[in-house]
Amino acid sequence: MGVIDIMDAKGTSSLGNPNPNILTPHPSKSSVAIRFLRVLSLVRHTASSSPSSRACRIRRAACSCMAYSAGPRRAWSRALLRKLVRRRRKPPRRDLPRPAAIIRRRRPVGGDRLEVALRRVVPGGAGMEYCRLLEEAADYVKCLVMQVRLMQSIVDFESHVHSVNKRSEIDPGDRN
Amino acid sequence: MSGRGRRITDEEINELISKLQSMLPESRRRNAGRVSASKLLKETCSYIKSLHREVDGLSDRLAGLMDTMDSNSPQAEIVRGLLRS
Repeated sequence: MGVIDIMDAKGTSSLGNPNPNILTPHPSKSSVAIRFLRVLSLVRHTASSSPSSRACRIRRAACSCMAYSAGPRRAWSRALLRKLVRRRRKPPRRDLPRPAAIIRRRRPVGGDRLEVALRRVVPGGAGMEYCRLLEEAADYVKCLVMQVRLMQSIVDFESHVHSVNKRSEIDPGDRN
Repeated sequence: MSGRGRRITDEEINELISKLQSMLPESRRRNAGRVSASKLLKETCSYIKSLHREVDGLSDRLAGLMDTMDSNSPQAEIVRGLLRS
């Protein structure tokens, strides 16, 4: 049973949409999965200092895989890709204290508090008109859910493999 | 800001709202008829935040599992699984 089978068993029926691909074709599960697995193996083979820095890289990898697979057709994916490119060009300076002027964000004038909150969590949400924001939020949620299921499947799979290997280490005669 | 030059109708907004509502797990479970826009926005925000947290948690777990990953078998199995689908 492959990773994609696990994803299917857990998820697609619960979305309740028989034809999700009619209006806005989604990146196929396999393309997202293959891309993500490739990046994961790169992270694994790169010497990393700590699990936390590795976790950071995996998190960024998840974001970038989502965004690359969605491509430029969506504002949220474009915004995420821009952010990733900016970050690559200028690594974050963690040790320097930020000037006070930058710390306080400019509060948007007017606008529903909830709408503002939604604009903050959806990448690229700040400049959109309301309708577009709702559309982008729905697509972003879809892609996020797919990414979460993919990662969960990989974790389940690797945990299973790890426990099988551990068992066969203890009792090598039982190897099947 | 709006470069289209046409008015957005209430119908279109309602359609987008129900589409967004269908994405959210709680609304699906309760099979709610129509929720108010503000409740929907609130639910969407908290759902997206919880998905972000899940991604963080899963990234941590994957980072931890990487130490124990065998270099050969899992990759081959995963790739085989992908090719099968």
